[in-house]
Parts: sequence; C-alpha cells; structure tokens
Amino acid sequence: MDVQLKRGLLDVCVLAAIKNEDSYGYKIIKDLKPYIELSESTLYTILKRLENAEMLTVKSVEHDGRLRKYYSITKVGIKRIEDFKSEWSEIMSIYKFVLKEDTADE
Amino acid sequence: MNKIEFLENLRSALSGLPQDEIDERLSFYGEMIDDRIEDGLTEEGAVLQIGSVDDIVSQTVADIPLAKLVKEKVKPNRKLRAWEIVLLAVGFPIWISLLIALIAVVISIYVSLWSVIISLWAAFGSIVGGGAGAIASGVIFICTDNVIAGIAMIGAGFVLAGLSIFFFFGCKAATKGIIILTKKIAVGIKNCFIKKEEA
Repeated sequence: MDVQLKRGLLDVCVLAAIKNEDSYGYKIIKDLKPYIELSESTLYTILKRLENAEMLTVKSVEHDGRLRKYYSITKVGIKRIEDFKSEWSEIMSIYKFVLKEDTADE
Repeated sequence: MNKIEFLENLRSALSGLPQDEIDERLSFYGEMIDDRIEDGLTEEGAVLQIGSVDDIVSQTVADIPLAKLVKEKVKPNRKLRAWEIVLLAVGFPIWISLLIALIAVVISIYVSLWSVIISLWAAFGSIVGGGAGAIASGVIFICTDNVIAGIAMIGAGFVLAGLSIFFFFGCKAATKGIIILTKKIAVGIKNCFIKKEEA
C-alpha cells in the first residue's frame, strides 16, 4: 500500500479507537487488532503525530498504583474523522467506476 | 528478558537522544508491558510481545529530525574548563575548517547524486526536442520540394521519439533509486548520532 495512504488510514483508525471514550495504548492496540495489526513503536509514532497536530490530548491517570496515559480526541480529531468519511465516499464511487469498467472489459 | 532489562537496553540504545525523548519512550513501553501483565501475560511474555529494541530504535531514528539529534550530540555534558575554552579558541582555525570540510563533503555527495539526475533528464529533454525539431524540419524540407531529405529527417525524428520513450523509463527508475539512496544516507548519518556513547 502507498505509504502516505497507509499513514492517513492508521491516523484515522487510532482516532476512531478513542472517539467514544478515552483510551490507553494497550487498549487501542487490542481494539484495533481485528482490523489492523499495530506494533507498539508504530502506535507511539502515530500518537505523537496526532498530539502534535492537536487531534488528541494526553493525560496521566493513576491506575493500580502506577500512572497510565489516557488519550482523548479533540474537535480537530473529530473533524479529521468526518473529513475521512467524506473523502472515502468519493474514493468508493471512483472504485465502483473502476470495477464496472474493468468487468465491462472482460 | 524482564521489564527492567528491556527498559535498560532501550535506554542505552537511545542514549544519543535528548533526555525527555528517552524518558517519554521508556514510560510508554513500560506502561505497555505493565498493561500486558495485568491482562494475564507473564513478564517475559509481555516483553516478547513489545518487539525488539532494534526495531524501536530504527523507528525512533526515522521519527526524529536530524537537527535535533545533532543538537543533542554537540551539547556538552558539563561546563567547559578554562583550558578547554582556550584550546577551542586556539584550535579554531583547525576545527572550523575540518567542520566546513565535513559539511562540504556531505553536500557534494548530494549535489553529485542530483546532478546525475538533472543531466539524465536534460538528455531526455534534448532527445525529445531533437525529435520534434527533426520532424518539423522534415516537414519544411518536404514543403520546399526537398522530399528525400525531408523523409530522412522525419525518419530520424521518429527514431528519436522512440528512443525517448525508453529513456523516460530509465530516467524515472534512476530518479527513484537516487531518492531511496539519499534517504538511506540520511538515516545512516542519523544513526551515527544515536549510537551508544561509551562512557
């Protein structure tokens, strides 16, 4: 897959994983596992990128005698998901066109 | 390997990085291990799932800009002593020229790589231009009743146009190769800065 495309998809996947409730690193990896296999180092890079782009915020919460970092989505992050949805409906219609032309060929 | 050993290995592998970057990564991976243990895994099993230190280091090197690595490397760990400052000032003509030479070498490598690409595309441009020119002048020859020369010129034009197609793919592949090479050189330079410092 194209690197830029994959990067964009992973960003939106992680945003979607924290959209409904705040989440932490290991839970994000577990929640995304059925759809996409993420390594820890990849997740770290994505979280950092999203934090720098102000699409999420981080807070440390005490859990079981230690600190755990929770990630919350921001308005910018929600907008990114919305943009993604509208971009993909366009891409899907192009995909359907390509598929139709391809089967017409055969 | 247990959690402490893993984090210690990671710390020493990342020792060329700014301290805050190291701490942040260590707390991230430490938390990941703790969460897995809480999920029912053994400590060794949790560490195994995190992956190798080498993979983390190579991802980290790719993420951090070169300028930040250089800044960290040249930052002295302690205040300079008086004689060191004197030595730096006296040795200025030597180390500054060595530094400039080093930078010049890196720049010249980039320039020479890119000049190959520029000259390839320039050759491609001249073949296309030559082909178009030959066809145009062939038409002019035919119009001025010099039919044989005209046909020869048009033929030569088509040969050049045909060659330009092959040349285009060659140029494209070479450009792609050089882009990959320059990226590899950049990663190589970054790796020099992140290498473990011997105490």
